[in-house]
Amino acid sequence: MNWSSLAEFAHMGGYGLYVWGSFGMCALVLAAETWGLRSRRRNLRQLPLDEADDLEHRPIHEA
Amino acid sequence: MSWTRYAAPQRFYPLAGRALPWFAAAALLLTLAGLYIGLVLAPTDHQQGDSYRIIFVHVPAAWMSMICYLALAFWAAVGLIFNTRLASMLAVALAPTGAWMTFLALWTGALWGKPTWGTWWVWDARLTSELILLFLYIGFMSLHAAIDDERRADRAAALLALVGAVNVPVIYFSVQWWNTLHQGASVSLTQAPSMARVMLAGMLVMTLAFWMYCIAAVLARVRVIILERERHARWARPLLEAA
Repeated sequence: MNWSSLAEFAHMGGYGLYVWGSFGMCALVLAAETWGLRSRRRNLRQLPLDEADDLEHRPIHEA
Repeated sequence: MSWTRYAAPQRFYPLAGRALPWFAAAALLLTLAGLYIGLVLAPTDHQQGDSYRIIFVHVPAAWMSMICYLALAFWAAVGLIFNTRLASMLAVALAPTGAWMTFLALWTGALWGKPTWGTWWVWDARLTSELILLFLYIGFMSLHAAIDDERRADRAAALLALVGAVNVPVIYFSVQWWNTLHQGASVSLTQAPSMARVMLAGMLVMTLAFWMYCIAAVLARVRVIILERERHARWARPLLEAA
Protein backbone atom coordinates (compact mmCIF):
# COMPACT_ATOMS: atom_id res chain seq x y z
CA MET A 1 0.00 0.00 0.00
CA ASN A 2 1.53 3.28 -1.13
CA TRP A 3 -1.02 5.74 0.16
CA SER A 4 -1.64 6.74 3.75
CA SER A 5 -4.70 8.82 2.89
CA LEU A 6 -7.24 9.47 0.14
CA ALA A 7 -5.77 12.94 -0.26
CA GLU A 8 -2.38 11.42 -0.98
CA PHE A 9 -3.95 9.06 -3.48
CA ALA A 10 -5.62 11.96 -5.28
CA HIS A 11 -2.40 13.99 -5.20
CA MET A 12 -0.38 11.22 -6.93
CA GLY A 13 2.93 12.63 -5.74
CA GLY A 14 2.23 15.94 -7.42
CA TYR A 15 1.21 14.38 -10.73
CA GLY A 16 -2.50 14.23 -9.96
CA LEU A 17 -3.53 16.36 -12.92
CA TYR A 18 -1.73 14.13 -15.40
CA VAL A 19 -2.65 10.78 -13.88
CA TRP A 20 -6.32 11.58 -13.23
CA GLY A 21 -6.54 13.48 -16.50
CA SER A 22 -5.53 10.23 -18.19
CA PHE A 23 -7.68 7.79 -16.22
CA GLY A 24 -10.55 10.27 -16.27
CA MET A 25 -10.49 10.61 -20.06
CA CYS A 26 -10.51 6.80 -20.37
CA ALA A 27 -13.61 6.67 -18.17
CA LEU A 28 -15.22 9.44 -20.23
CA VAL A 29 -14.53 7.66 -23.51
CA LEU A 30 -15.91 4.42 -22.11
CA ALA A 31 -19.08 6.24 -21.05
CA ALA A 32 -19.38 8.05 -24.39
CA GLU A 33 -18.92 4.90 -26.43
CA THR A 34 -21.42 2.83 -24.44
CA TRP A 35 -23.95 5.67 -24.39
CA GLY A 36 -23.48 6.13 -28.14
CA LEU A 37 -24.10 2.44 -28.74
CA ARG A 38 -27.23 2.44 -26.60
CA SER A 39 -28.48 5.51 -28.40
CA ARG A 40 -27.83 3.99 -31.82
CA ARG A 41 -29.68 0.86 -30.79
CA ARG A 42 -32.68 2.87 -29.58
CA ASN A 43 -32.83 4.74 -32.90
CA LEU A 44 -33.21 1.45 -34.75
CA ARG A 45 -36.95 1.65 -34.18
CA GLN A 46 -37.20 4.84 -36.20
CA LEU A 47 -35.59 3.35 -39.28
CA PRO A 48 -38.00 2.76 -42.17
CA LEU A 49 -38.82 -0.94 -42.32
CA ASP A 50 -40.82 -0.85 -45.51
CA GLU A 51 -38.76 -0.91 -48.74
CA ALA A 52 -41.16 1.63 -50.22
CA ASP A 53 -40.51 4.12 -47.44
CA ASP A 54 -36.77 3.76 -47.59
CA LEU A 55 -35.35 6.85 -49.30
CA GLU A 56 -32.23 5.00 -50.35
CA HIS A 57 -34.34 2.67 -52.47
CA ARG A 58 -36.56 5.28 -54.01
CA PRO A 59 -36.36 5.15 -57.82
CA ILE A 60 -34.30 7.97 -59.32
CA HIS A 61 -37.11 9.56 -61.31
CA GLU A 62 -39.09 10.23 -58.14
CA ALA A 63 -36.29 12.34 -56.65
CA MET B 1 -21.18 -28.41 -38.36
CA SER B 2 -19.06 -25.93 -40.22
CA TRP B 3 -18.25 -22.68 -38.41
CA THR B 4 -18.73 -20.83 -41.69
CA ARG B 5 -22.47 -21.03 -41.09
CA TYR B 6 -21.89 -18.09 -38.76
CA ALA B 7 -20.92 -15.99 -41.76
CA ALA B 8 -24.64 -15.34 -42.13
CA PRO B 9 -25.61 -12.17 -40.27
CA GLN B 10 -28.79 -13.89 -39.10
CA ARG B 11 -26.80 -16.59 -37.30
CA PHE B 12 -23.95 -14.42 -36.12
CA TYR B 13 -26.33 -11.97 -34.43
CA PRO B 14 -27.46 -14.31 -31.61
CA LEU B 15 -23.98 -15.79 -31.25
CA ALA B 16 -22.56 -12.33 -30.69
CA GLY B 17 -25.41 -11.64 -28.30
CA ARG B 18 -24.54 -14.66 -26.17
CA ALA B 19 -20.82 -13.89 -26.12
CA LEU B 20 -21.20 -10.20 -25.36
CA PRO B 21 -22.02 -10.37 -21.61
CA TRP B 22 -18.99 -12.60 -20.99
CA PHE B 23 -16.61 -10.13 -22.58
CA ALA B 24 -18.25 -7.24 -20.76
CA ALA B 25 -17.98 -9.03 -17.42
CA ALA B 26 -14.36 -9.96 -18.10
CA ALA B 27 -13.61 -6.34 -18.99
CA LEU B 28 -15.15 -5.12 -15.74
CA LEU B 29 -13.37 -7.62 -13.49
CA LEU B 30 -10.01 -7.19 -15.19
CA THR B 31 -10.34 -3.41 -15.02
CA LEU B 32 -11.03 -3.50 -11.30
CA ALA B 33 -8.10 -5.88 -10.72
CA GLY B 34 -5.81 -3.87 -12.97
CA LEU B 35 -6.68 -0.55 -11.35
CA TYR B 36 -6.05 -2.05 -7.93
CA ILE B 37 -2.66 -3.41 -8.97
CA GLY B 38 -1.65 -0.25 -10.80
CA LEU B 39 -2.96 2.46 -8.51
CA VAL B 40 -2.78 0.82 -5.09
CA LEU B 41 -0.24 -2.02 -5.09
CA ALA B 42 2.46 -0.94 -7.53
CA PRO B 43 5.21 1.14 -5.91
CA THR B 44 6.19 4.68 -6.82
CA ASP B 45 8.85 4.82 -9.52
CA HIS B 46 12.14 6.24 -8.27
CA GLN B 47 12.70 8.21 -11.48
CA GLN B 48 9.23 9.27 -12.61
CA GLY B 49 7.41 9.28 -9.29
CA ASP B 50 3.73 8.52 -9.67
CA SER B 51 3.34 9.94 -13.18
CA TYR B 52 4.45 6.57 -14.57
CA ARG B 53 1.09 5.12 -13.53
CA ILE B 54 -0.33 6.50 -16.77
CA ILE B 55 1.32 3.44 -18.30
CA PHE B 56 -1.61 1.38 -17.04
CA VAL B 57 -3.94 3.03 -19.55
CA HIS B 58 -1.53 4.40 -22.13
CA VAL B 59 0.05 1.10 -23.20
CA PRO B 60 -3.25 -0.84 -23.32
CA ALA B 61 -4.88 1.90 -25.40
CA ALA B 62 -1.91 2.03 -27.78
CA TRP B 63 -1.80 -1.74 -28.24
CA MET B 64 -5.55 -1.89 -28.81
CA SER B 65 -5.33 0.95 -31.35
CA MET B 66 -3.02 -1.25 -33.40
CA ILE B 67 -4.83 -4.54 -32.81
CA CYS B 68 -8.19 -3.03 -33.77
CA TYR B 69 -6.71 -1.67 -36.97
CA LEU B 70 -5.17 -5.03 -37.90
CA ALA B 71 -8.49 -6.75 -37.21
CA LEU B 72 -10.28 -4.08 -39.25
CA ALA B 73 -7.89 -4.54 -42.18
CA PHE B 74 -8.24 -8.32 -41.92
CA TRP B 75 -12.05 -8.28 -42.06
CA ALA B 76 -11.98 -5.62 -44.77
CA ALA B 77 -9.77 -7.93 -46.85
CA VAL B 78 -12.05 -10.92 -46.21
CA GLY B 79 -15.06 -8.85 -47.21
CA LEU B 80 -13.32 -7.66 -50.34
CA ILE B 81 -12.02 -11.06 -51.41
CA PHE B 82 -15.02 -13.24 -50.57
CA ASN B 83 -17.67 -10.57 -51.03
CA THR B 84 -19.26 -11.45 -47.68
CA ARG B 85 -21.41 -8.81 -46.01
CA LEU B 86 -20.70 -9.73 -42.41
CA ALA B 87 -16.93 -9.38 -42.79
CA SER B 88 -17.39 -5.81 -44.03
CA MET B 89 -19.81 -5.11 -41.20
CA LEU B 90 -17.18 -6.24 -38.71
CA ALA B 91 -14.61 -3.92 -40.25
CA VAL B 92 -17.05 -1.02 -40.00
CA ALA B 93 -17.87 -1.99 -36.40
CA LEU B 94 -14.20 -2.01 -35.41
CA ALA B 95 -13.43 1.48 -36.66
CA PRO B 96 -14.97 3.71 -33.95
CA THR B 97 -13.58 1.60 -31.10
CA GLY B 98 -10.14 1.59 -32.69
CA ALA B 99 -10.32 5.33 -33.21
CA TRP B 100 -11.19 5.89 -29.55
CA MET B 101 -8.24 3.72 -28.50
CA THR B 102 -5.94 5.75 -30.75
CA PHE B 103 -7.25 9.01 -29.30
CA LEU B 104 -6.71 7.70 -25.76
CA ALA B 105 -3.17 6.60 -26.59
CA LEU B 106 -2.39 10.08 -27.90
CA TRP B 107 -4.16 11.90 -25.04
CA THR B 108 -2.64 9.84 -22.21
CA GLY B 109 0.71 9.96 -23.98
CA ALA B 110 0.59 13.75 -24.08
CA LEU B 111 -0.31 13.90 -20.38
CA TRP B 112 2.61 11.61 -19.64
CA GLY B 113 4.99 13.48 -21.92
CA LYS B 114 4.44 16.85 -20.28
CA PRO B 115 5.83 15.98 -16.83
CA THR B 116 8.38 13.49 -18.21
CA TRP B 117 9.79 15.18 -21.34
CA GLY B 118 8.62 18.73 -20.69
CA THR B 119 6.40 18.74 -23.77
CA TRP B 120 2.84 17.69 -24.70
CA TRP B 121 3.92 16.70 -28.20
CA VAL B 122 6.90 16.02 -30.41
CA TRP B 123 6.99 15.00 -34.06
CA ASP B 124 8.97 11.83 -33.49
CA ALA B 125 8.34 8.63 -35.47
CA ARG B 126 6.09 6.88 -33.00
CA LEU B 127 3.86 9.78 -32.06
CA THR B 128 3.54 10.92 -35.67
CA SER B 129 2.67 7.46 -36.98
CA GLU B 130 0.12 7.00 -34.18
CA LEU B 131 -1.47 10.32 -35.17
CA ILE B 132 -1.57 9.09 -38.77
CA LEU B 133 -3.34 5.98 -37.47
CA LEU B 134 -6.06 8.23 -36.04
CA PHE B 135 -6.39 9.96 -39.41
CA LEU B 136 -6.68 6.56 -41.10
CA TYR B 137 -9.52 5.52 -38.79
CA ILE B 138 -11.31 8.82 -39.37
CA GLY B 139 -10.65 8.51 -43.11
CA PHE B 140 -12.10 5.00 -43.15
CA MET B 141 -15.26 6.10 -41.35
CA SER B 142 -15.63 9.26 -43.43
CA LEU B 143 -15.11 7.49 -46.76
CA HIS B 144 -17.63 4.85 -45.81
CA ALA B 145 -20.18 7.44 -44.74
CA ALA B 146 -19.68 9.43 -47.95
CA ILE B 147 -20.76 6.64 -50.28
CA ASP B 148 -24.49 5.94 -50.45
CA ASP B 149 -24.37 2.36 -51.72
CA GLU B 150 -23.49 0.31 -48.65
CA ARG B 151 -21.57 -2.43 -50.46
CA ARG B 152 -19.61 0.02 -52.61
CA ALA B 153 -18.81 1.95 -49.45
CA ASP B 154 -17.57 -1.28 -47.86
CA ARG B 155 -15.26 -1.98 -50.79
CA ALA B 156 -13.85 1.54 -51.09
CA ALA B 157 -13.22 1.82 -47.37
CA ALA B 158 -11.67 -1.66 -47.37
CA LEU B 159 -9.10 -0.53 -49.92
CA LEU B 160 -8.23 2.47 -47.79
CA ALA B 161 -7.90 0.24 -44.73
CA LEU B 162 -5.58 -2.17 -46.54
CA VAL B 163 -3.34 0.56 -47.92
CA GLY B 164 -3.12 2.10 -44.45
CA ALA B 165 -2.20 -1.19 -42.79
CA VAL B 166 1.47 -0.59 -43.55
CA ASN B 167 1.36 2.10 -40.86
CA VAL B 168 0.94 -0.43 -38.06
CA PRO B 169 4.39 -2.06 -38.34
CA VAL B 170 5.79 1.46 -38.74
CA ILE B 171 4.29 2.44 -35.37
CA TYR B 172 5.49 -0.75 -33.74
CA PHE B 173 9.08 -0.74 -35.07
CA SER B 174 9.51 3.05 -35.08
CA VAL B 175 11.43 3.01 -31.80
CA GLN B 176 13.91 0.52 -33.29
CA TRP B 177 14.21 2.03 -36.77
CA TRP B 178 14.58 5.68 -35.77
CA ASN B 179 16.01 7.83 -33.03
CA THR B 180 12.86 8.65 -31.11
CA LEU B 181 12.01 10.57 -27.98
CA HIS B 182 9.45 7.87 -27.19
CA GLN B 183 11.16 5.12 -25.24
CA GLY B 184 11.91 1.70 -26.68
CA ALA B 185 10.17 -1.55 -25.89
CA SER B 186 10.17 -2.62 -22.25
CA VAL B 187 8.52 -5.93 -23.04
CA SER B 188 9.46 -8.30 -25.81
CA LEU B 189 8.89 -11.89 -26.83
CA THR B 190 12.59 -12.69 -26.65
CA GLN B 191 13.94 -10.92 -23.59
CA ALA B 192 13.08 -10.51 -19.91
CA PRO B 193 11.02 -7.38 -19.24
CA SER B 194 12.89 -4.36 -18.02
CA MET B 195 10.26 -3.23 -15.53
CA ALA B 196 9.33 -4.28 -12.00
CA ARG B 197 7.06 -7.34 -11.83
CA VAL B 198 4.11 -5.66 -10.11
CA MET B 199 4.13 -2.89 -12.69
CA LEU B 200 4.31 -5.43 -15.51
CA ALA B 201 1.44 -7.40 -13.97
CA GLY B 202 -0.71 -4.28 -13.77
CA MET B 203 0.07 -3.39 -17.36
CA LEU B 204 -0.79 -6.85 -18.66
CA VAL B 205 -4.02 -7.08 -16.67
CA MET B 206 -5.13 -3.67 -17.93
CA THR B 207 -4.20 -4.63 -21.51
CA LEU B 208 -6.40 -7.69 -21.22
CA ALA B 209 -9.15 -5.51 -19.72
CA PHE B 210 -8.99 -3.10 -22.65
CA TRP B 211 -9.01 -6.02 -25.05
CA MET B 212 -12.12 -7.55 -23.50
CA TYR B 213 -13.79 -4.15 -23.55
CA CYS B 214 -12.97 -3.62 -27.23
CA ILE B 215 -14.37 -7.02 -28.16
CA ALA B 216 -17.55 -6.31 -26.20
CA ALA B 217 -17.98 -2.88 -27.79
CA VAL B 218 -17.37 -4.21 -31.30
CA LEU B 219 -19.79 -7.11 -30.80
CA ALA B 220 -22.45 -4.70 -29.57
CA ARG B 221 -21.86 -2.39 -32.52
CA VAL B 222 -21.86 -5.11 -35.17
CA ARG B 223 -25.19 -6.33 -33.81
CA VAL B 224 -26.65 -2.86 -34.31
CA ILE B 225 -25.11 -2.68 -37.79
CA ILE B 226 -26.60 -6.08 -38.67
CA LEU B 227 -30.05 -4.90 -37.66
CA GLU B 228 -29.62 -1.63 -39.55
CA ARG B 229 -28.54 -3.35 -42.74
CA GLU B 230 -30.79 -6.40 -42.58
CA ARG B 231 -33.87 -4.56 -41.39
CA HIS B 232 -35.86 -5.55 -44.49
CA ALA B 233 -35.41 -9.23 -43.71
CA ARG B 234 -38.22 -11.08 -41.97
CA TRP B 235 -36.01 -12.49 -39.25
CA ALA B 236 -34.93 -9.00 -38.25
CA ARG B 237 -38.42 -7.58 -37.68
CA PRO B 238 -39.09 -8.90 -34.17
CA LEU B 239 -35.56 -7.94 -33.13
CA LEU B 240 -35.98 -4.40 -34.39
CA GLU B 241 -39.19 -3.99 -32.47
CA ALA B 242 -37.55 -5.29 -29.33
CA ALA B 243 -34.51 -3.03 -29.69
